[in-house]
Amino acid sequence: MAAFLRIKGFFNKLFSKKRSRVGIYGPPNAGKTTLANRIVRDVTGEALGPASEIPHETRRARRKEGVEISSGTGSKLMIDIVDTPGVTTKIDYHEFLEYGMDQDEAVARAREATEGVAEAMHWLREDIDGVIYVLDSTQDPFMHVNIMMIGIIEARKLPVVIVANKIDLPDAAPQRIKSAFPQHPVVEISGLEGNNMEALYAKIAEVFK
Amino acid sequence: MIQGVQLDMLSADRLSKMTSYEKIRLILDDVHQGCVVVLERGLTPEEQGKLLEATMMEIAPGGFSGIEIETYPSFGGEKGFFGKLFKKDDSSRMMVIGPVDQLKMLSREKDRLIAWASAAQ
Ligand SMILES: Nc1nc2c(ncn2[C@@H]2O[C@H](COP(=O)(O)OP(=O)(O)O)[C@@H](O)[C@H]2O)c(=O)[nH]1
Ligand SMILES: [Mg+2]
Repeated sequence: MAAFLRIKGFFNKLFSKKRSRVGIYGPPNAGKTTLANRIVRDVTGEALGPASEIPHETRRARRKEGVEISSGTGSKLMIDIVDTPGVTTKIDYHEFLEYGMDQDEAVARAREATEGVAEAMHWLREDIDGVIYVLDSTQDPFMHVNIMMIGIIEARKLPVVIVANKIDLPDAAPQRIKSAFPQHPVVEISGLEGNNMEALYAKIAEVFK
Repeated sequence: MIQGVQLDMLSADRLSKMTSYEKIRLILDDVHQGCVVVLERGLTPEEQGKLLEATMMEIAPGGFSGIEIETYPSFGGEKGFFGKLFKKDDSSRMMVIGPVDQLKMLSREKDRLIAWASAAQ
């Protein structure tokens, strides 16, 4: 029986192994798209989508297939990367007016953003095999949306890597994130400057294999 | 009548007799009317996800702009075997939900939440 399972495992790996679809999740402006672009650019030289200081720049999930992650110790892993819209419990179009948008633009962005959040939740429920959860290290990790999302990820038994992003900023406090989520691996990076990406790739290769 | 915010406090007993959909509908109906809802036993993560999706569908720019939802963060400080063994179910903790333009969190600690509620405009 054990031998049979081993052989079955071997053939599964060889022939039918589905690539893991890894979703990049987190609150708006955590740096998800910046990170997705860096990963995809490191590997393929392309970008996935525009990043912006204005929240809810990403309002549709975007997928890049067949991204090969190298762990640094020789092991490799092929994954699909899905950059998702930021998850939040509130969207007020007035926020966008502060970035110089006019009323119509801001209202349209708010509408699309609500659909984007719902879309991100659908992907998580149906089509995601693992999660990179991105947090801005200068923000409070205990924001309810993070507690909720990590709770959903745990309830679905999805493998997760938490990213403590923006460690290049002077008021970054990645330690707060580590103590908020002691049960999960946390990797400190700057997606913008590309700091500590090797550690992240190694962790991705380990957790999503 | 005095000015203020209506609180709707639902006991664990009452909540245990409701379906997920009934809970979500009641919460959103209350919040739309400017009520703050306190659940003696909070929603499960899956129910919170559904509440979030329903909230997104009901947001109307210029009108309803979403919810504030809080519970004691139950992560942290419970590392290790015994922590895991005796850790209470997350959903057993009290939860408070209100309209985002009326309920503001002032501080969030492991065992204490301080919020400010204002009357509807
Ligand atoms: N300082 C700093 N800024 C970052 C970093 N990653 C992203 N940002 C900035 O944060 C803002 C939001 O980034 P974006 O990738 O669009 O976030 P998303 O909403 O999570 O996709 C942009 O202005 C980025 O340039 C980082 O590691 N360090
Ligand atoms: Mg984005």
